[in-house]
Amino acid sequence: MNMNTAINIQEQAATDAIIEVRGVHKVYGETVTALQDINLDFNRGELTSLLGPSGCGKTTLLKIIAGLLKPTSGEVRVNGRPVTGPGPERAFVFQDFALMPWATVVRNAAFGLELQGVAKAEREARARHYVEEVGLAGFEDKYPHELSGGMRQRVGLARALAVDADVLLMDEPFSAVDEQTRRKFQEDLIRLREVENKTFILVTHSIEESVYLSDRIIMLSPRPGRLNRIVTPEIDRSGDPDLIRRNPEYLDLIDEIWTGLRAYVE
Amino acid sequence: MSSVQTNSGLIAGPTSRAFAMVGGTPLLWRLASLAIFCAVWEIAGRTNFNWAFPTFFETMAALWSMLADGSMIMAYGRTLEPLVIGLVISLSIGVGAGVLMGLRRDAEWITLPIFITMQAAPMAALIPLITFVYGIGLTAKVLAVCMLAMPVIAINSYKAVRNVPPSLVDMSQSFMGSRSQQVFKVILPAASPMMFAGIRLGVAEGFSGVVLAELLITPTGIGDLITFNRSIAKFDHMYAAIFSIVAFAVIAVSLLHRLEITIFRPEKRGA
Repeated sequence: MNMNTAINIQEQAATDAIIEVRGVHKVYGETVTALQDINLDFNRGELTSLLGPSGCGKTTLLKIIAGLLKPTSGEVRVNGRPVTGPGPERAFVFQDFALMPWATVVRNAAFGLELQGVAKAEREARARHYVEEVGLAGFEDKYPHELSGGMRQRVGLARALAVDADVLLMDEPFSAVDEQTRRKFQEDLIRLREVENKTFILVTHSIEESVYLSDRIIMLSPRPGRLNRIVTPEIDRSGDPDLIRRNPEYLDLIDEIWTGLRAYVE
Repeated sequence: MSSVQTNSGLIAGPTSRAFAMVGGTPLLWRLASLAIFCAVWEIAGRTNFNWAFPTFFETMAALWSMLADGSMIMAYGRTLEPLVIGLVISLSIGVGAGVLMGLRRDAEWITLPIFITMQAAPMAALIPLITFVYGIGLTAKVLAVCMLAMPVIAINSYKAVRNVPPSLVDMSQSFMGSRSQQVFKVILPAASPMMFAGIRLGVAEGFSGVVLAELLITPTGIGDLITFNRSIAKFDHMYAAIFSIVAFAVIAVSLLHRLEITIFRPEKRGA
C-alpha cells in the first residue's frame, strides 16, 4: 500500500512536467554552439531558474522555449505538444521591458490581450486588475517615460500576467533595475506566487537571486552551453521575506553554487 | 520635453539652469531671436552696403502690396499645384518603398541602391534633362519636386523601420501578434519619429524642388515673381517673394511636426 502510493506520487511528478526540453542543440552561424544536448523538465507550479555566466546560452534556451528561436535540433514540448512558435500558454517578460513608449501603462499591460482581439472594455478591465496587483495602482494613465525602471518592469509583468498564460518566461527581469528596487521586486514576486498559480522560468546571472526565488536551479556551463548541475533549494519562503536572506541554508547554498561556478570565471 | 529639461536644470549648475529657462519659455525666446534677425536686416538695409538690398520694412510693405493686389495669392496658386502633387507622390511612394525596404530584404536589395544614388546625385543638374524629355509643363515640375523629396523620405523611412528595437518586435511575436498587427501596431508607431524627421526634410526638399523648377524650367508662380521683379529692379518685391516662400516652408514643416505628435505620439502632447 505504502509502496503503491510512493510509486503513484513518483508517476505524478514525472507526468507533471509542463515543459519538456528534449535534446536541444542550438548552433549560431556554422560554428558557435550556444546550446549542446539540453534535456530538461520544468514542473508545473514551480519557479525554476536558469543560472550561469554570460555566454552560457540561458537566454537562448528561454527564447527557444518561448518559440521566438528555433532550435537547430531537438524539440520542446509544452503540455505534451511540440512547440512550433509562441503560444497562448506562455508569456514573456523582457530584460529591457519592451514597452511601447507611445502607449499608457494600461494599454501596454493590455497589449497581449489587444493582439488576441479581446474587446477594449474587457481587456482594459483585466489590465487594470493586474496593474494594481503588481503595485502600480494610480499609474494607469502614465506613459513609460514617466516611470522608473522598476515600475516599467512591473508593467511588463502585468502584461504577461494579463494574458493568463500558464508559464511566465522571465529573461533577466531585474537586471536593468537598481539593487533596492530589485530586492523589493523579488519579495513581491514571492508574494505574487502565492496568489497566482503559475509556472515561472527565470533567467538570471545572480546566484543570490536564483537561490532566493527558486524551487529549482538549473546551472548551465558556458561555451558550449551545457547542463551542469541541478540544485533544489529547500527554503521556507512563507514567513518574512527578509528572514530568508539570513537563513543559513540560503547562505550556504549561495557559497556552494559560487564554488561550483568559480571555475568558469577564472 | 520642456519639463524634463527643467528637472535636469534643477540639479545642475547655473549655466544649464539658464538653458533650462530658455527651454521653459520657448515662444518668447524664439520671438526675440526673430526680432533680432529683423533688426539686423533693417540696419543692414539702411547702411546701403548694396543698392539692391531693401530694408526689412520696405520688404514687408512690398509683401503687403503683393498680398493686397492678389498677385502673390495667384502666384502661390500656380506654385502649389506641382508642389502638392509632387509631395503626395513622394510621400506615398517614398514612405511605401522605405517601409517595404525596412521589412523585406529582397525589396531592400532591389530598391535601396536607386534611392541612395538619387539622394547623393545633385538633382539640380538633372533638371535640364527633365525639360528635355518632358518639356516645360506641369509634369516636369512635379518630377523635379519628386526627385528632390522622395529619396530622403524613402531612406529615412527605411532606416526608421530598421531601427525599431528588436525586443518590441519579439514582444508582439511572443504575445501571438500577427504580421500585420506587428507592422501596424508596433513597427510603424515605433518608427514614426524618425520617419517624420525624414518627411519634414523631404517636404523642405520639395520646396527647393519647386522653386528650382520655377527658376530653371519656366518662370511661373513664385519663381515668376522672383525673376520678374528682379528683371524690373523692384528688389523689395523680389525679397518679399523670397521671404514669403521661406516663411511658407517653415510654417508647413512646423505644422507637419504638430501633426505627427497629435497622430502618433500621445506621450509628447502638452510637452
